[in-house]
Amino acid sequence: MSADDPFEAIKQTFFLECEELLTDLEASVTALTFGDGDGETINAAFRAIHSIKGGAGAFGLEDLVRFAHVFETFMDELRSGRKACDDTAIRAMLHASDVLADHVSFARGLIPSMDEERSATVANDLRALMNGAGPAPLPAAAPEPSAPAGTTDEIEAAFGFKPVMFNLDALPEDAAMVPEGWTISFKPHVRLYETGNEPALLLRELARLGPCTVTLHAEALAPFADLHETAAGLSWTIELDAPVEKTAIQEIFEFVEDECDLVIAPKGGALDTPDVGDVDIAALLAAATAPASDPVVPAAADVDIQALLAAAQAPLVPPIQSAGEAPTTAPQTPTKAPAATAAAAPATSAGTQASIRVDLDRIDKLINVVGELVIQQAMLAQSVAECGLTASSTVKVGLEDLEQLSREIQDSVMAIRAQPVKSVFQRMPRLVREVAEMTGKQVRLVTEGEATEVDKTVVDRLAEPITHMIRNAIDHGLEDSEGRAAAGKPKEGTIRLAALHRSGRIVIEVSDDGRGINRERVRKIAIDRGLIAADANLTNEETDNLIFLPGFSTADTVSDISGRGVGMDVVRRSIQQLGGRISIASTPGKGSVFTMSLPLTLAVLDGMVVRAGGQTLLSPLPSIIESFTPREGDLHRIGARDWVIRFRDRFLPLIDTAKVLGFSPPDRGEINGKDGIAIVVENEGGSQVALWVDDIQGQRQVVIKSLETNYRKVEGISAATILGDGRVALILDIDALVVLGRQQANHADFKIAS
Amino acid sequence: MTDQHTNPEIAQQELMAFMAGGQEFCIDIMAIREIRGWTAATPLPKTPGYMMGVINLRGTILPILDLSARLGLGACEPSGRNVIMVVQIGSRAVGLLVDAVSEIIMVKAGDIQPAPSVAMDEMKALIIGIIPVGDRLLSLLDVNLVLPELEAEVA
Repeated sequence: MSADDPFEAIKQTFFLECEELLTDLEASVTALTFGDGDGETINAAFRAIHSIKGGAGAFGLEDLVRFAHVFETFMDELRSGRKACDDTAIRAMLHASDVLADHVSFARGLIPSMDEERSATVANDLRALMNGAGPAPLPAAAPEPSAPAGTTDEIEAAFGFKPVMFNLDALPEDAAMVPEGWTISFKPHVRLYETGNEPALLLRELARLGPCTVTLHAEALAPFADLHETAAGLSWTIELDAPVEKTAIQEIFEFVEDECDLVIAPKGGALDTPDVGDVDIAALLAAATAPASDPVVPAAADVDIQALLAAAQAPLVPPIQSAGEAPTTAPQTPTKAPAATAAAAPATSAGTQASIRVDLDRIDKLINVVGELVIQQAMLAQSVAECGLTASSTVKVGLEDLEQLSREIQDSVMAIRAQPVKSVFQRMPRLVREVAEMTGKQVRLVTEGEATEVDKTVVDRLAEPITHMIRNAIDHGLEDSEGRAAAGKPKEGTIRLAALHRSGRIVIEVSDDGRGINRERVRKIAIDRGLIAADANLTNEETDNLIFLPGFSTADTVSDISGRGVGMDVVRRSIQQLGGRISIASTPGKGSVFTMSLPLTLAVLDGMVVRAGGQTLLSPLPSIIESFTPREGDLHRIGARDWVIRFRDRFLPLIDTAKVLGFSPPDRGEINGKDGIAIVVENEGGSQVALWVDDIQGQRQVVIKSLETNYRKVEGISAATILGDGRVALILDIDALVVLGRQQANHADFKIAS
Repeated sequence: MTDQHTNPEIAQQELMAFMAGGQEFCIDIMAIREIRGWTAATPLPKTPGYMMGVINLRGTILPILDLSARLGLGACEPSGRNVIMVVQIGSRAVGLLVDAVSEIIMVKAGDIQPAPSVAMDEMKALIIGIIPVGDRLLSLLDVNLVLPELEAEVA
């Protein structure tokens, strides 16, 4: 509606902020659920909702505002203690925060439709709870949402944008809490300006003491033509609504006492306040357009806009008195400025961490360039080494320092992209609630290691597999209440979601205290579906991991939540696409632990450097199970072209890497089993094959370079990289290689157990 | 097609003349980003015979194409004397391996004659005109057509 294209960028920022605010809200509500919350937690939740509402109002998101308003009012009841924060209230909050998140998603266009019915129901529940709160709820406690909307509409019509709504409801309460205030009259002398003092700073200090209403008296200011740069024509009247000591106010003006006329009187006391209506508009305008004439006035004119922007973008400003009495006549508008800035200042300084938003592309570019720097540095080092300089030569020493520095730069740059997994983890409580409700089970989610950091691209792609695994754990892993009681477990099942760093990778664990995997049943299903041979001899671990095979589903009945038979193999595939692995460990009757391990970044890859057909290639380390030099008799020929290799009493198809990629000279003989190494790899489908290579040269971390940038996708190759000597090496696409191998061999499929 | 023979307002055009497969060719100089010496390329599997592979050009992966082989003049045996012309084709940078670059020539639109009908398909597809310079004859190539695989991908 009012969100026209010019506002689109600001709107996007607002949505980003909403995301953070919703996360905060979720955190607060979760804390309350676990009984960890106090008054401050409720306040935090209130602020989050309030900020969302304020921003939404500015963008004309009526539905969102309406719902947020009800929710906010409800939170205000809790905050003030008029309504007890009991289980019913917390449950209502949980539902309301979910609906609020939906509203935001809908406004953002992330979800196609809004469940209006649910929204209305939840809003009504909140209202019902509020009405039952006390014998005589305050009329101001639950005003109709249309009331503030009406006033803002008028302003919108006049100015073409919607101002932020302040929480008017809180005002009577604030006023009640403030038995006394002060009226301060402050008229700086020229001397004050000459000594480099800034009235705005003093006013800001005052505002820290409590809500201030600042009135500017500019009538004494000379007309623009007569304005003298050293003349002081401005004075202020400040209404301070806070029960502070007079000395506190005096302290602020301590250093300028002799350079101004200062009168501090209790509020309501007699003070010669000039009529505000007398303000000379011409003088004000003159003041505003005379940048060098007076240090204060232009600042006031500037900050007015800044304050408005700040208020529109970050409506974290605590409710201030001046907003409640917001003067609507034009001449007074600029006089509000010092108060608005003053109030905004503590809000920004109270922010938890200073941070900036940077376009991801810029960071990627930086990472790329730093990658080059490291490679160049390695090449330089190699050239220097070839010069045969002594170890103590300044060139070598300097180069060593350079190496250390470039490594440090690389680490720091990588750290820029690193983000805590918290953003993903905090979406999970809602999922657990929903799934628990659907299955009728009682579930408690425990998260650990939320601060574990990982590359942003990885964070973004973690949500899906974790969601799947949690659904699966609740639906299949946990028993229902009776089942748990029979097994002597607490009625409430526990799902634990943990993240940790282990040997340069991030490990995510999803564990439940449910029944564990029923191996007999898994085995039977696998045999029924032809996934394993009926007489296959599998270890417990191998049996457990059968659930990752495509087309495997243990649920007898297909449920809404999981059990469509696409569950775990999809999880496994999406993890493998990230260069990760997943495994399961299960103890019957005690529960299961799903463990996935992922690289910390997608920009670099751990690979094994191999040679085949005279070329240097990289095999992604996560796909590699094992490598070994076969003994004589391990290799066998089947049919005209196919080879199999013995690996732990099984025979795996052997793919001649050089031949499949066309690197081997045509006159090269067949694989002879003597001069080569077999690398056992696992493809996406979980089946294993062996790659035949000439030699393994080592393991290294490389920066991934796309071939598509300047060329196109090449079969059997996933990307390229640049080695320390500056040469390009290709990274093998294991799955494509397996397919290519099959096509070339054109043979019957091997049935591989597991 | 390029503008040079349809737009008379461009009085003169700068072309880079070079040798490939023992014959003389030229391309619009504006397409050339840089010219560098030969460095060994890493071969790419499953690509046409004229694809030499890829090299590291200051951190980007640059595909190298043997122009002689591409024109059906036989594969080039690269040595230190060969050069790579890095040309811009759309958003992509591609290296063209040639025998040597000779000079920059200035031609008027009228100097370019339409390409005669030649038997070889590879030539016919790429040559958009011929330019007689004294006793020599330079074939004008449209650099955008040297990588048919890319066009297929873009389309």
